[in-house]
Amino acid sequence: MTLLVVENLNKNFGGVVAARNVSFSLAAGEILAMIGPNGAGKSTSFNMVGGQLRPDSGRVLLAGQDITGLPPRAVCRLGVGRSFQVAQTFLSMSVQENLQMALIAHAGRTRDMLARSSALYRDEALALLDQVGMAKVADRPMGALAYGDVKRVELAIALSGAPRLLLMDEPTAGMAPAERAALMRLVAGIARRSAIGVLFTEHDMDAVFAHADRILVLVRGEIIAAGTPEDVRANPEVQRVYLGTSGLRAALRARAAAHG
Amino acid sequence: MDSIFFGRRALLAGGAGLAAAAIGRGAAAQGAPIRIGELNSYGRMAAFCIPYRNAMQMAAEQINAAGGVMGGRRLEFVFRDDGSTPGDAVRVAEELLTRENVAFIAGTFLSNVGLAVSDFANQRKRLFFATEPLSDALTMAQGNRYTWRLRPSTFMQTRMLVEAARGKTQKRWAIVAPNYEYGQSAAANFKRLIGGAIPGAEIIAEQYPALGRVDAGATVGALAQARPDAIFNALFGPDLTAFVREGNTRGLFERRFVLSLLTGEPEYMIPLGDESPEGWVVTGYPLDQVEGAEHRAFVEAYRARFNDTPRKGSLLGYVTVQVLANMLNRANSLDNEVLVDTLRDLRSDTVVGNVTMRGIDQQGTMGTWVGETTQRNGQGTMRNARYADGADYMFPEEEVRAARRA
Amino acid sequence: MSVEFSFLLVQALSGLASASSLFIIASGLTLVFGVTRIVNFAHGSFYMLGAYVAVTIVPWLLQIERSPTLFFAGVLISACVVGVLGVLMEILLLRRIYKVPELFQLLATFGVVLMVQDAVLKIWGPLDIPGPRAPGLRHGVMILDQRFPAYELFLIAAGPVVLGLLWLLMHKTRFGILLRAATRDRDMVGALGVNQALLFTGTLFLGAFLAGLGGALQIPRVSASAQMDLSIITEAFVVTVIGGMGSIGGAFLAALLIGQLQAFGVLIFPKITLVLVFLLMALVLVVKPWGLLGRPESAAGHTALPEGIMQPRGFAVAEKLLLLLAVLAAASVPIFGDTYTIKVATEVLIFALAAFSLNFLVGNGGIVSFGHAAYFGLGAYASGLLVTKLGMPMEPALIAAPLAGGFFAALFGFFIVRLQGIYLAMLTLAFAQIAYAVCFQWVEVTGGDNGIVGVWPSAWAASRSAYHYIVLVAAMAGILALRHVIYAPFGASLRAARDSAQRAEAIGIDVRTHRWLGFTIAGAAAGLAGGLYAFSKGSIDPTLLGIPLSVDFLAMILLGGMQTVMGPVLGAAAFHSIKDVFMPLTDHWRFLLGASIIALVLIFPRGLGGAYAALRARFSGGAP
Repeated sequence: MTLLVVENLNKNFGGVVAARNVSFSLAAGEILAMIGPNGAGKSTSFNMVGGQLRPDSGRVLLAGQDITGLPPRAVCRLGVGRSFQVAQTFLSMSVQENLQMALIAHAGRTRDMLARSSALYRDEALALLDQVGMAKVADRPMGALAYGDVKRVELAIALSGAPRLLLMDEPTAGMAPAERAALMRLVAGIARRSAIGVLFTEHDMDAVFAHADRILVLVRGEIIAAGTPEDVRANPEVQRVYLGTSGLRAALRARAAAHG
Repeated sequence: MDSIFFGRRALLAGGAGLAAAAIGRGAAAQGAPIRIGELNSYGRMAAFCIPYRNAMQMAAEQINAAGGVMGGRRLEFVFRDDGSTPGDAVRVAEELLTRENVAFIAGTFLSNVGLAVSDFANQRKRLFFATEPLSDALTMAQGNRYTWRLRPSTFMQTRMLVEAARGKTQKRWAIVAPNYEYGQSAAANFKRLIGGAIPGAEIIAEQYPALGRVDAGATVGALAQARPDAIFNALFGPDLTAFVREGNTRGLFERRFVLSLLTGEPEYMIPLGDESPEGWVVTGYPLDQVEGAEHRAFVEAYRARFNDTPRKGSLLGYVTVQVLANMLNRANSLDNEVLVDTLRDLRSDTVVGNVTMRGIDQQGTMGTWVGETTQRNGQGTMRNARYADGADYMFPEEEVRAARRA
Repeated sequence: MSVEFSFLLVQALSGLASASSLFIIASGLTLVFGVTRIVNFAHGSFYMLGAYVAVTIVPWLLQIERSPTLFFAGVLISACVVGVLGVLMEILLLRRIYKVPELFQLLATFGVVLMVQDAVLKIWGPLDIPGPRAPGLRHGVMILDQRFPAYELFLIAAGPVVLGLLWLLMHKTRFGILLRAATRDRDMVGALGVNQALLFTGTLFLGAFLAGLGGALQIPRVSASAQMDLSIITEAFVVTVIGGMGSIGGAFLAALLIGQLQAFGVLIFPKITLVLVFLLMALVLVVKPWGLLGRPESAAGHTALPEGIMQPRGFAVAEKLLLLLAVLAAASVPIFGDTYTIKVATEVLIFALAAFSLNFLVGNGGIVSFGHAAYFGLGAYASGLLVTKLGMPMEPALIAAPLAGGFFAALFGFFIVRLQGIYLAMLTLAFAQIAYAVCFQWVEVTGGDNGIVGVWPSAWAASRSAYHYIVLVAAMAGILALRHVIYAPFGASLRAARDSAQRAEAIGIDVRTHRWLGFTIAGAAAGLAGGLYAFSKGSIDPTLLGIPLSVDFLAMILLGGMQTVMGPVLGAAAFHSIKDVFMPLTDHWRFLLGASIIALVLIFPRGLGGAYAALRARFSGGAP
């Protein structure tokens, strides 16, 4: 069944159109990429799905339930995990405590004033860290990690609520090329295994064409093209406004590398 | 009477000045000194409190040079800043009593500080000689056995002023007073009393600017707009200066009768300089016109000692020490119960004449001067000033009984 | 019509004159904040110094010739002198503390305030000093049928002129363009290769110059006095916050608003001028969380380490022993100490609880409160009023204290937790001032500024020692309970929301509600401390809700180290001891207190607790 349905989302910022009639859908286990030049409205559309922004009009349905305009915490509780463009973690805590915190939140125990938080969900936290290959640094302070590792921990946090949908805003931004590929492989693997739908935005065309099942192309707030990587690559409009010839070559290379 | 005898001896020492005090110190007074704790806002309210402390030190020196108190014991003051908040003051009072072993405590300037220390003294059953706080509550509704006040209260000073307005024809009055206890109770007392002095008088405008923050332009504008015949003012310090300047420029005081509390005190008159108002009826301290050889000698001794003119605070400090010394000599004991009993209706001869600590409300009859402001050589001063003896302006006895019973 | 047009016009002009003066001062404050992000309490001291220098220089110049030129030359010279003092402060103090937490900078500038206050008393004496009138502008000008001071007409023009000059400076000079760039994005200036130290020094000169100018221009209206610093600083802050921190245009707009509000406010509410501006500020912030023309601080979220409690760890064995020793010492005070020692120890315990509750907000929750004394004071009032007005005994009255503190913290906190950063802090201040004004003004119930006396403990607890034990038990229970909450999931959630509100929301934490709850709990604990304090003093009065006490609490947690859990307790003891040692020594104890605050900030930039943690890390790190 369709996991996420987005219908005719619109958003204006003081007269500037950030999203116009954005519609798409996403099935469980599917990986959908959203691309477009800077200022195309990717983050806006993204944040309207995640609850950070309220659309002017339109609907967002998660597994048939209307989640339009719900705050992020409510969206989260309905099974949506997300990561941010600039990784957001709890810097004062250790890596493991970050995960413990997330698990405490998912368990609805954040108002608990009696238990000792450091003793809760230790094993579950380690298991999640293990999934992203970070178990070995569980005791390190979050602030001491390299950025690539922070991104992995953030992924673990996003997965901690056993989400149905994963929203990832530029998951590989700020990472070294080798790390990027590894992270995307990790995400793709988890998504396929657990049948999690993934919606991500990305500037790195290698990542997009290597892993996305379908691609949406946004320009000035509008979807100008949607389809499989092959469809999108072949779309002359996309080539003209966005990909360009060099971008296209890069995309072909990426596809070849991922499957080669 | 030994209080007179004592007064003369102090005076002699004062006249002889520092040298005599220094020589006399060791020789004259013997035995364990009597320590008195003095807590006051020496930092925050320095304009009033420093001259006050100076005079106290001078008085103590003179007394010690002349043989001390209680048969030759030296008088010593332990001065402490009260932090200008009730919380700090109560702690400092405790410190004075326990650490410094003072016989009893005196002082405080702000009313809320005075009231808190008074209640503390009552709790600890120790004498508190409140010198400066003006609040009526201190001797009325919140009075207690251990708290005595020397300075004429807000009520007494307002009453003196209102009496001075008796026979005037101005009916429409405006009030301006700082927005805190002193100002509020001055205004309340004025409203209560003015009808008795000027039948048919009514209050047509009231302004209560925040203490130390008068928006003089707006306040003067609002008062002028009400077109009063006369103004009752209780502002003092920087607020008064700003108010007077703005009022002078805008013509607020022209052809208007003004009654003004405290304005004639040198503390507040000196800063006004050549802008001192003309013809306001005020309470104050006209140093250059005081009567009595003893008082003049005090003024001269203070000038010689500190190279400065004494202030109203200085006079208060000096008289305080005179009354306290008299109390100690009479009681001849440091038992606070005995001291409190001695104070009851104690008559002391001081530089301002006789001062009685009236027993019923434990309020001293020290008075103040009432006169008209004028300028001399670019400085404000008072003319037609007369000493209003506090004894004539106290709360009526029935009222005291009713208030203190409650 | 009873109110004539000419009167309204003149009243509006009075408002404009006040607005102009206020703007000149506030523009300097907002400028300094915009560039350095330092909340400069000492700005009011610069204003006061401007007035004092002017009443010294200007009369001397006027002796040469009574000309307007010399008068204004004197005003400008005074402003320059103050500007130089600003540079001195930057070089000697601020430059050393740009890297320390923002709150420490604020505390250091507060130390400067205390020092300047006493220095002014020492140099110029305690008497107010009226300045000379401006030659040529002494007279009144007839406006319709009303007389209006010529000097105030001049002031009305001065504000827009300063605004215009600042605009030119900001847009037409390299220095100004850098200032604007730094205001928008501090890192960018570093990236541009600009000498940041020089830029900051220049900013402090300009800021102090404007404050000094504001003070010097006031001398024909108000006399120079040692109280003028604190009376102006809150108003200047209100103007900058209403306008939007860092926005000069906003400051101008806010000053106009406040000037008119005061001019006409005195007509309608002659008694509440004290609180009008704070009501306005609260209103503006509730509607516009970033002030009228302020920019939201970048919402991208923090990537830097937060200032506050990091991973709270349990006590080591040695620390448990130390703690036990401390408790034993506190418990044995009544056996070995005199009544004064007991009193001081009791107060330290009470302040420790209050400071701990503040750090629960600041250190653990990242919610900086400038008005924490409000909940302390409201707790004290609840207890005091129940005992004196309703004749209740101490025990139920003490229970009412945390309830009252918690209730009002919940009420005010509902609005407060919607804001962020300095705006949040200023809203806490506004609510505290409103509560203060109510206690101050509602004479029939609260006794006004005299307060209420006779708040003494029940007979069984009346002795100093008995009461000390009550406080010991209550304060320790309060502190340990709060400490437990810090370690519990709720405390961790507050830290999580502080570290990254975005992340916290994204894992399902309702950040606002959690912060609201945290604010309420801290308010309740402060209320309990206030109730205990009332019975230890025997009286209540509005100073218990005042800004100075709020600042004391902040000083305690900063001295103790706000990134440690137990630091505030240490800070309360240290702060109280400093005050207790200096107060009997001299009238100028404020100077010494200020100097020691600055010294502590310089020597222990992370507080005593932080210094201890560093020491501990060094020793345990050195061990194999």
